[in-house]
Amino acid sequence: MGLIQLGRREKDGDLDVITMTVEKAVNWARKGSLWPMTFGLACCAIEMIAAVSSRYDMDRYGAGVFRASPRQSDLMIVAGTVCRRMAPVIRKIYDQMPEPKYVIAMGSCATSGNIYDSYSVVQGVDRFVPVDIYVPGCPPTPEALFDGILKLQERIMQKRVFTKQPDAVKANV
Amino acid sequence: MHPIAERIQREFAEGFVKAVEWRGDLAVTVTRKALHDVARFLHDDRDMDFDYIVHVSSVDWPDDEERFEVVWEFYSIRKRHRIRLKTRVPEADCIVDSLTDIWKGADFMEREVYDMMGIRFRNHPDLRRILMPDEYTEGYPLRKDFPLQGKGWRDTFEFLNEGRG
Repeated sequence: MGLIQLGRREKDGDLDVITMTVEKAVNWARKGSLWPMTFGLACCAIEMIAAVSSRYDMDRYGAGVFRASPRQSDLMIVAGTVCRRMAPVIRKIYDQMPEPKYVIAMGSCATSGNIYDSYSVVQGVDRFVPVDIYVPGCPPTPEALFDGILKLQERIMQKRVFTKQPDAVKANV
Repeated sequence: MHPIAERIQREFAEGFVKAVEWRGDLAVTVTRKALHDVARFLHDDRDMDFDYIVHVSSVDWPDDEERFEVVWEFYSIRKRHRIRLKTRVPEADCIVDSLTDIWKGADFMEREVYDMMGIRFRNHPDLRRILMPDEYTEGYPLRKDFPLQGKGWRDTFEFLNEGRG
């Protein structure tokens, strides 16, 4: 983008001129303020916490304001093993989140159930909520989670807000 | 034999089955009939004084005649000794006395044994499932003949259709 430059010039007091589409501005605002839900379920949560803490500082991507309420959040990071008994809770929380909303399945457990091929573990959170980004790893490092968030931001920038979404989207995100 | 096991054998000649000591752990097996009296004795006797219940669990031995084994672990905070108490239960009559009247802390742990292994506890105040949902009907997941992947519950998401009819 490189054309966001708000504020006044130092001396003359004239406003800067910005040219861009409204769509891009909306998407830019959306990708820069991804407020995640705290949804740590297992050991992945520890890496998620590490990603928010000062060493990695997830806030650099605007995704550091963890909310305890689904009604204030845009992004659900499902971090950890999803037990079947937790499934209706996750779905309810997902339904409570306001649009636009995104889901990251963090780690192999949330993605596929991992080694827990057992009676109580859901074999992937995408069986009952739509997932935007899958982050592999057991658990993924904070860098891997960042990669997922950056990929999600790329994807958000490609969304059409006011016009029809083209059938073919760039496949590399 | 371990002095505690000796004492139990003396007090409950009929109920005592065997005592095994392995790497400092004492495990005493008693009959199902004598279980509650033995537990009461372990709790009340001044030399035993087992005032703390550590754990309740169960073992499935599918090839044995008395298929299930219920295991309690007790510890004495004052005397600093511990004991493992076991009893066997046949599959056809899967019930054993609850020890909640002696150790209140046995409540949730006995519920877990009931939930996972299907062993019922007589005189338990509130014997319901604790880990699995109340409406779970597929059986008892920790039994050896229960399929590892379950019987379909993990793949059914009935809540997806609620309120969308």
